[in-house]
Amino acid sequence: MLNWLSIDVVLLVITIWLGIGVAGVIALRQFGFVARVLFPLGGMCCLALAWAALQMIGSTPETAVLPLGLPQLPFHLRLDSLAAFFLLVIGAVGAGISIFAAGYFRKGAGTPPGLLCLEYHVFLASMVLVILADDAYAFMVAWETMALSSFFLVTANHKLPEVQEAGFLYLLIAHVGAIGILLCFGVLQANSGDYTFANMRIQSLSPFWASTAFILALFGFGAKAGMLPLHVWLPEAHPAAPSPVSALMSGIMLKTAIYGLLRISFDLLHVNVWWWGGLLLALGLATALFGVVFATVQTDMKRLLAYSSIENIGLLLAGIGLALIFHAYNMSALTALALTAVLYHVVSHAFFKSLLFLGTGAVLHATGERNLGRLGGLIRYMPWVAWLMLIGVFASSGLPPFSGFVSEWLLLQSFLFTPGLPDSFLNMFIPIVAAVIALVAALAGYAMVKFFGVIFLGQPREEKLKEAHDAGLWEKIGMLWLAAWCIALGLFPNFLIRLIDSVTVSLVGAGLGRHTTESSWLFLAPSSIERASFAPLLFLLGVTIGCLVAFALVRILYHGRLRRTPPWDCGHPWQTARMQDTAEGFGQPIRQIFEPFFRMKRHLPTPMDRNPSYKVEVGDHFWHWLYLPIARLIEFLAGLVGRLQQGRISIYLLYSFLTLLFMLFLVQR
Amino acid sequence: MNALISQLINLFASVILILAFAMLSQRRIVNLIHLYTWQGLAVVGSTVVVAYVTHQHHLFYSAALTFLLKVILIPYFLHRLINRLNVRWDIETLFNIPTLMIIGIILVVFAFNVALPIAKFSDTVAHGTLGIALACILLSFLMMITRAKAVPQVIGFLAMENALFLAATSATYGMPMVVELGIALDVLVGILILGVFMFQIREQFDSLDIRHLEKLKED
Repeated sequence: MLNWLSIDVVLLVITIWLGIGVAGVIALRQFGFVARVLFPLGGMCCLALAWAALQMIGSTPETAVLPLGLPQLPFHLRLDSLAAFFLLVIGAVGAGISIFAAGYFRKGAGTPPGLLCLEYHVFLASMVLVILADDAYAFMVAWETMALSSFFLVTANHKLPEVQEAGFLYLLIAHVGAIGILLCFGVLQANSGDYTFANMRIQSLSPFWASTAFILALFGFGAKAGMLPLHVWLPEAHPAAPSPVSALMSGIMLKTAIYGLLRISFDLLHVNVWWWGGLLLALGLATALFGVVFATVQTDMKRLLAYSSIENIGLLLAGIGLALIFHAYNMSALTALALTAVLYHVVSHAFFKSLLFLGTGAVLHATGERNLGRLGGLIRYMPWVAWLMLIGVFASSGLPPFSGFVSEWLLLQSFLFTPGLPDSFLNMFIPIVAAVIALVAALAGYAMVKFFGVIFLGQPREEKLKEAHDAGLWEKIGMLWLAAWCIALGLFPNFLIRLIDSVTVSLVGAGLGRHTTESSWLFLAPSSIERASFAPLLFLLGVTIGCLVAFALVRILYHGRLRRTPPWDCGHPWQTARMQDTAEGFGQPIRQIFEPFFRMKRHLPTPMDRNPSYKVEVGDHFWHWLYLPIARLIEFLAGLVGRLQQGRISIYLLYSFLTLLFMLFLVQR
Repeated sequence: MNALISQLINLFASVILILAFAMLSQRRIVNLIHLYTWQGLAVVGSTVVVAYVTHQHHLFYSAALTFLLKVILIPYFLHRLINRLNVRWDIETLFNIPTLMIIGIILVVFAFNVALPIAKFSDTVAHGTLGIALACILLSFLMMITRAKAVPQVIGFLAMENALFLAATSATYGMPMVVELGIALDVLVGILILGVFMFQIREQFDSLDIRHLEKLKED
């Protein structure tokens, strides 16, 4: 029996993934082999990764130096609790997605399956490397590999023009963000010339440079996470990608940005200024509110989920902001509480959002539709997908006893502890923030009701939906795995919190562990059981008993007869499926209330129209006021530069000649 | 005796400079190749003298290499090339040669001016020729700019390489042998590739006039 370190297992997993990718390229068009052998094998590797990470959380960090890279510049890797925690998320969620992908990819147009297999596994491997990296060089290489491999995955159907545009936008913002991160590392190494994280940890920066580094990191990682105003790529790229890829990107890739932000603000930077937290809090809230309001008015199911991802990222950022504020005032217990909420939400969002994206993939395959206006009533034809999605929807809306509730509850709890802050301004301000978070959570529920209701409830809006088939076996297994964790994390939160505990202890020197071990496994009590506690199992028991009693009472006391009618017919005797409430109709109140958020173009029919049509386009102010002006400016500047290009060799030679003369002139001075 | 030999270095250098001017104003392609060959020979001569004066043995090797390459091999290639392309007796129109000469003189003055402070720090026997070498580089560059046909442009490029070699010899007694071998190989491969390009250009445009390449520009 070999005595392997966890980091060796992780490296082995990466190697196997790359091997699977190569095997995929060799068996480029052998669809059955790629789908039924390679993808499940990749899924098994994910499980091994999760297992290795689980062993690792809470033990002493392991390091490794890979002899890869440039001479004198090897890759430094380090596996500590924070990294292991994110690896656990990647492994556990990736396993479900890989199994689903085994049944998802179909023969046909687009990228050949073997190539998709390569890109998919390189993407996974690069995300693991991002988490493992312990120097700026390895980090940037892995980070760019991640961006590139996911770009190729997004453009799997590269023949479609909108996919090309989405891919370009994604790549552009990913690179702009990468510049921010690179500059941030440049500031962090403080002119010592050594780019390892170990060196950055011991540097002490002045508040000005520390703030610069933080802003740059915020910009860079915010671009990857989809923070306002760098969010525009997200609602374009997620719908363009195949569903397992959307699930990977939304569930895991966005979390690598959260990881980077945590790594830099809690591990590498020691200086802590309270306004960093304030800034992050404000941006996070704006992102969350913006995301959720846009989610409610979407009519494309994957766009809706993409905006919901923006919302969740906003919540995460707000949580990190709060943790930074507590950290700046040295309130380590409360910092740990806020961080716990953030890390819990990372896990739960990874599970439920990938589950939902996979579900949309199954619906897309069964019906060929992404537009909510042409779906409906699918619960009768796709019961497996519908019920599994329902679990994801519950978790996403933050309903107990599912995983989303625990994290949002913890987040709200941490906001309610702010009166202890020494700054009176913050004391007054932050309760308002808590109210906004409650609003966001409520609106998220609204968006999810719309999402599930319009797709699965009511009556089919199109005839062809009646031929929809349920998901295949692989797809069911994948979704079942994710859904099971959504429930398990909601019912037994203390187990995960114990894991998170060692992460927060290593980051800020405090954790919730004491409270969770004091209170039994039944109760979740972040501070003390008198102050606030949540017992998911008791809650579930109560709800179940309540439902059973209500059901029994209705059957016994009321007349007990059954009457079957078409759903959602509103009591009209003659109606068609098109008269049901639609996605537009459901989102209309929000569109009215939050009108300043949108840039709307309405086409209303006049009473004289023979074929009346109603159309509304919902646009994004940021696109119009921020991105288009920048694009125009760049186009103008590029036009100026373009004048240099005359196409004559003599002119080009003259340029070099004049440059040479000028340089010589400078030398002479 | 040594002083006399040092003067010999300056003589060779000025021959190279005169040849550079001659190339700048030469319109006939075949004559250009002859001039280039002579220039190569002058470079070899100056290298041998420097090697003799300073007892730098590796400079003898590099002189031999230069002789082989720039006096025999490349002129041979070029002659073959213009025969095959059938441009041996072609004449190129140049704009106003006296103006070109004046620009050239200005460049030479500028180059001497630039090289003066550098040459002061150098204690090599050939430090006086650095300005000439720099001037030759600039003149060859000017020649490349003013030519519209492909073959003279390539010759300009090769002449520039000659001048660079001269600069290296005069300032630091030559580059390390590895670098020199590398550059020699580069030049050889470069001329082969450019030869292929010329055939391609002619096939595409029925002419060796590189103004046609403007059509390749994207609008």
